[in-house]
Amino acid sequence: MRLFKLSLPVFLLFGVTIEAQSPTQYGVGRTPTTDEIAQWDISISPTGEELPEGSGTADLGAQLFLEKGCAGCHGTNGTDGIAPRLVKRDVGELENPWGYGRILPIRSPYAATVWDYINRGMPLGLEGTLAPDEVYSLTAYLLYLNDVITDDQLVLDQNTLPKIQMPNQDNWAQVPDWFPKQPRLEGYPY
Amino acid sequence: MSSKKTDRREFLKQGAALASGVAVTAASNSTSGQLAGPETFIQGSDGMVEYGSRSRFVESKRIPHGGRHSPDTFGLDFHIATPLQDQHGVITPSSLFYMGTTRGSYLPDIDPEKHRLMIHGLVDNPLIFTMEELKRLPSVTRMHFVECAGNRANSRMTTVQETHGMTSNAEWTGVLLSTILKEAGVKEGAEWIVAEGVESVKGASSIPMTKAMDDTLLAYSMNGEPVRPQQGFPLRMLAPGFEGIFNVKWLRRIKVVDRYYMTYNDYGHLTQDPVTAALGYQIGPKSVIVHPSGGMQLPSTGYYQVSGLAWSGGGKVARVEVTTDGGENWFDAEIRGEPQPMAHTLFAFDWEWDGSECELQSRCIDELGQVQPSRQEVGEFYNTPPGERIRVRGQDNSIQPWRIHSDGSVHNAII
Repeated sequence: MRLFKLSLPVFLLFGVTIEAQSPTQYGVGRTPTTDEIAQWDISISPTGEELPEGSGTADLGAQLFLEKGCAGCHGTNGTDGIAPRLVKRDVGELENPWGYGRILPIRSPYAATVWDYINRGMPLGLEGTLAPDEVYSLTAYLLYLNDVITDDQLVLDQNTLPKIQMPNQDNWAQVPDWFPKQPRLEGYPY
Repeated sequence: MSSKKTDRREFLKQGAALASGVAVTAASNSTSGQLAGPETFIQGSDGMVEYGSRSRFVESKRIPHGGRHSPDTFGLDFHIATPLQDQHGVITPSSLFYMGTTRGSYLPDIDPEKHRLMIHGLVDNPLIFTMEELKRLPSVTRMHFVECAGNRANSRMTTVQETHGMTSNAEWTGVLLSTILKEAGVKEGAEWIVAEGVESVKGASSIPMTKAMDDTLLAYSMNGEPVRPQQGFPLRMLAPGFEGIFNVKWLRRIKVVDRYYMTYNDYGHLTQDPVTAALGYQIGPKSVIVHPSGGMQLPSTGYYQVSGLAWSGGGKVARVEVTTDGGENWFDAEIRGEPQPMAHTLFAFDWEWDGSECELQSRCIDELGQVQPSRQEVGEFYNTPPGERIRVRGQDNSIQPWRIHSDGSVHNAII
């Protein structure tokens, strides 16, 4: 009787714990810790909510561009390497920035996208090794090379980077809302 | 009698000599008057017992797509195209399945025991699954094609492998993403998911929640065996009917979010043209005649079964039509088997070739009523001036013409 009395609260407690961790239909899988989620999650939204602490400038980025080997593939000036060009085409001032070419730091509608791209995808063969400060500096340098920012001492961080106005900010096409069994484009019979 | 004994002795000698080889020479004739058996046999081996391989006479193979050698000197894999011209059914063998990579990839070499899938973000219960746990969940088995945005034919290409080899079709088994999303409990305001792989660049794609909840599949099995490394072992996502890059391989993480994230893979789709954006998303109705196709040779006049594959990102194939006179007259082709949604579908058409020059084409009509267009029709739709090059926006689903010359040779007839 005494045992039963003792075991009852334990049972309830156990039930509550399960409820909090896994109120799922199948009870399969486990709850990740907050640290695990933070470690895995490298997504950066266009408006930069997940940007980490840290900061950098174009001035520092210019050095890193050489030190981290970027120049080896993209060319010393980001214009003449075996890897894609990183500076807008030399065509003067254009009304439609799409004419500058398929070059991320000028074409992307969001500066945070440039940050995300460098952070996850560069440098080739050493992806994921750049520290946040370095990514901020390299992002600043590429924006500087493309005249998006004009001050090479401007400090970019989690607050200032998302506020940068990219030339294509409102100049890109959203994909249409998708619903099952819907033709891919209204009015297009093909 | 004595000659038989000699044959047998010879056979055994040769067998011993070739014990480590593949083929063994057999007796070339028979004293009983029966037809001779095969001239050679395949020597049994542990390897062939454990995991079969194809005949040495079958040399069908994939080729690099778009002129870039794969693998390169560093071992990076680029786009490789499947040999459609050698295929007679709807299933692409796993070993010949086309491959696309986001930027050239070293193939992740993943121990499935260590692999995990995390779902987090705007959910009530973030969850981590092992592969074994994913396999405990209710599964579905479905046929689906995958097609690369680069599957775009032009006049310089010769064979159907070059014009259409960047699509393949398999039977996939896995867990519906909706099952996982329901387990995690999607929060109010969750409109998109971001799916991310393990490869060097951690390729990630944004998928609308409507698609994620509809038929998106997390596949661990392909054609009856584990998904192959080139296809995302041990876990890949399939967003049926969406362009190839949305079908994230080596899937490790799904983040539920409130907006389009314009992440790594999405950036490649960025455009300022709303029409291109819409048409580079869900794949349109498409088909191609595979037999006969470019580079083949009709040996004589007479009967041919014209056959090929049709598919659509919008659902099932409803009808396929074939013309043998360059589009003057169209006839219904026979659909082989029951069409599956977002899956290659086999069609066939009986044809007598009279030896004159002619042009074969096929067009697919899907269950939504979308019709595969000719290039001319696309040009007319956009009011492209005569003489100007016609560009099919988004995924190219235009009709493939094959011209048969009077000598029986088959040629790509794209202008």
